[in-house]
Amino acid sequence: MIEQLSNPWIWGVAYGLPLITVLMTIGAFATWWERRFSARMQNRHGPRWVGPQGLFQVIADGLKMMQKEDIVPREADRPLYRLAPVLPVFLVLATAAVIPFSGYWDEAGRWQAALVVADLDIGVLWVLALAGLMVFPIWMAGWASNNKYTLLAGMRAVAQGVSYEIPLVMVALVPVVATGTMSLSGIIAWQAENGWLVYRLPFIGALSFALFFLASLAEANRIPFDIPEAESELVGGVIVEYIGLQGGMFLMAEYLHTAVAAALATALFLGGSHFWMLPLPLYLGPVVFAIKAGSLFVLIYWIRWSWYRFRADQLMELCWVVFVPASLVLVMLTALQVWYEGLV
Amino acid sequence: MEVRVPTRPNPHLDIDAYDADADLMALNMGPQHPSTHGVMRIKLFLDGEVIVKAVPYPGYLHRGVEKLCEKLTFVQIIPIVDKHDYVAPMTNEQAIAVAFERTLGIEVPRRARYLRTILAELTRIGSHLLWLGTFTLDIGGTIGGGASVMMYTFREREKILDCFENLTGSRFHYNTHTVGGNRHEIPDGWVDQVKAITALMKIRVPEYEELCTGNEIFNLRTQGVGVVDADLALELGLCGPNLRGSGVDHDLRRDQPFHAYDEIEVNVAVAQGGDCHARYQVRIAELYESIRIIESIIDKIPDGPLSSQRPVKSHLGVKIKTGCHYHSIETPRGELGTYIIGGGDNKSASPYRLKIRPPSLHSMSALPYLLVGHTVSDVVAILGSLDPIMGEVDR
Repeated sequence: MIEQLSNPWIWGVAYGLPLITVLMTIGAFATWWERRFSARMQNRHGPRWVGPQGLFQVIADGLKMMQKEDIVPREADRPLYRLAPVLPVFLVLATAAVIPFSGYWDEAGRWQAALVVADLDIGVLWVLALAGLMVFPIWMAGWASNNKYTLLAGMRAVAQGVSYEIPLVMVALVPVVATGTMSLSGIIAWQAENGWLVYRLPFIGALSFALFFLASLAEANRIPFDIPEAESELVGGVIVEYIGLQGGMFLMAEYLHTAVAAALATALFLGGSHFWMLPLPLYLGPVVFAIKAGSLFVLIYWIRWSWYRFRADQLMELCWVVFVPASLVLVMLTALQVWYEGLV
Repeated sequence: MEVRVPTRPNPHLDIDAYDADADLMALNMGPQHPSTHGVMRIKLFLDGEVIVKAVPYPGYLHRGVEKLCEKLTFVQIIPIVDKHDYVAPMTNEQAIAVAFERTLGIEVPRRARYLRTILAELTRIGSHLLWLGTFTLDIGGTIGGGASVMMYTFREREKILDCFENLTGSRFHYNTHTVGGNRHEIPDGWVDQVKAITALMKIRVPEYEELCTGNEIFNLRTQGVGVVDADLALELGLCGPNLRGSGVDHDLRRDQPFHAYDEIEVNVAVAQGGDCHARYQVRIAELYESIRIIESIIDKIPDGPLSSQRPVKSHLGVKIKTGCHYHSIETPRGELGTYIIGGGDNKSASPYRLKIRPPSLHSMSALPYLLVGHTVSDVVAILGSLDPIMGEVDR
C-alpha cells in the first residue's frame, strides 16, 4: 500500500482529493470568518444565528444560491459564459498542487518537503504560468456577459493582470536566484537549512516579500487593487450577470486565490512549514504552515476592510513606475549578493 | 482689461458630430446603480474609460409636491416637506416655516429660535456624517474600507436621531416646526443628551479624519478631481459646502441670518482648490464648527414661550399677501429657498404657487462640466463629493 503511494498518479489522487476538499472548505468558511471579522471591525454583529456562532451561514448561503434560477443573458456567448465561472477555481486549485504543506529533517540532517501533490522541478514556473492564466476566465466572463459594465471590468482586469504579472514574476525570481532551484520544495529546504529568505537576505528579502505580497493582492483582485470588481463604480465587475452558484464560484475562487497567494508567499519567503530548530512531527507541519499563511490571510482582509480603492490609471502607474523597476532592482541585488556570498 | 478664455468642457457637445464613426460607448449609469445616491441617471459617453460627455437625467423621484402645495394651506405644507432632503428633514421644515413667517410677518419667540438653531446644527452634523459615510463608500467600496467609515458615521448619526426622537417622538417625519414657533417643548435631560453628542463628536471627528486623509489612497482619489473654479461655481448657482470648497466665502448663516444666527458668531469654513478634497475639507471643518456652535448656545436657551403669541395652528383668518416672496436658509447642502406667490383666488391661506429652490439640483447641474475628462471611477467620487440628495432634486 505504502509502496503504491510512490506512484505519482495514485499519490495525486490519494492526497490531492483531500487537499482539494480541505482548501474548498477553507475557502467556504473563510467567508464566514471574514464576515465576522469585518463585523467586529465595523461595530456590527455579522452572521450569528445559523448554527453555532453562525458557522452554518455558509451552508445556508450555498443552499440559497443553488435555488436561484439559472439565467443566461439572451445575447451572451453561451459556451464562454458557462466556462468562465469554473475555470478560476480549477486554476487556483491547480496552483496549490506544487506547494509542500509539511516537511521533516531526515537522518542526514537535510530538510525533506512532504505533503506535496506534485513536486515539480519547475514549481515556480508552474505557479506563475497558472497565475498568468487567471486573467482569461475574468476576461471571458467580462466579454461573454455582453454587458457594458462587465466589459469595462474585463478590460480593467486584463490590463491589471498583465501588468502586475511582471513584478510578480520578477520578485518570484528572487528566491529562485538565491536558492538556485525552481522547485518549491527545494526553495523551502534551502530556507530551512539557511534561514528564511525574508531575513536571510537583509533588506532585499523583506522588500521582495512585501512586493510579492502586494503584487499577489493585485493578482487576487483584493482592495486596494480590486478595480475589476469595483462594486461602487462597475456595480459588481465581471460577475454582474452571473446568478446563484455561478456567481458563487467566482467569489469562491477569489477566496481560494487569496488563500493560495498567502500560501505561496509563505512557501517562497517565510520558510514554508519550517519553524527554526523546533523538531516538529510531520503532521504538525501543516499547522505551522497554516499559522503562517493564515496570518498573511488575516492581513489581506485587514487591509481590505480599512483601505480605499485605487483608480485604474493610478493602479497602472503604481505598477509600471514603482513595482516593475523595484522588482528588477531587487532581482539584480539578489544576484549580486549571491555572487558575493557564494551562496549557491 | 483682462480677457479670460474659458477652458471649460462644453456640456452641450454634439456627440453625432464629434463621433461620426460611433466609436464611443454610451453607458447609462443609473437609475439602478449602487452609487448614484438615489435614483438618478447619468448618460456617459465613454472613450475607453474617459468621459467625453455626461448628461444627468434627474426626475426619477418626482412626486409633484410643489403642485400639491398649491392645494394645501401653509399649516398643512410643513409635514410634507420632510421628505425632500431625506437626509436632513429638520432643515426642510425650517425653510418652509421661516419663509411663511417672513411672508406673513410673524415674530418667532427667542426660545424657539435658539431651539431651531440647535436642531439645524445637529441636522448639519448628521447630514455631513451621512455624506462622509457614503462618500468613503463610493471611494472605498461597499465591501471594503469605505464601508467601515460608513458604519462608524452611522453609529454617531444614530445618536443624533435618538436625540430628535426624544424631542419630537419621531426619527424622520418630525413635524416639530410650526409657522410661528416650535411644537414640542424641550424634554427633561434633552440638553444633557445634546451635550453628550457634542462631547462624543469631538473625539470621533478626528478619528474620521485619520481614516480619510490619513490614508494616502483617499488623498490620491480626491485631490485634483472634479475641480470647480469660483466663477463656474457662481455661474451654476452652487451653494453651501460646494461653493465654499471653491473658495467663495458665502454662508447664509452669517450673511443673511435666520433663527438665532444674528446673535451667534459663525466662522465660515472656506477651502481653496474646488476639488473633491476641498469639499471634503469644508464639510469636516463645518462638523467642528457645528459642534462649537451647539456648545456655545446649548446652555443659553432662553425661557419663555416656544410659539408666537398668536400660535398659527389654523389657517383661519390668515391670508398670504398677494405678490412674490423669496426667503431662504442655509441647510447642510446650501441655500434652500422657498419662492411663494400669494393671492390665489381659491384659498387665501394656500400659496398660488410654491417653488422650492433645492441646493442639490444646482450641484447636479455642475456634473456635465466636472465629469468630462475623468474616468468612470471618478464619477462616483465627484458625484459623492457634491452630496446631491435625489429627493430634493426631484421633489
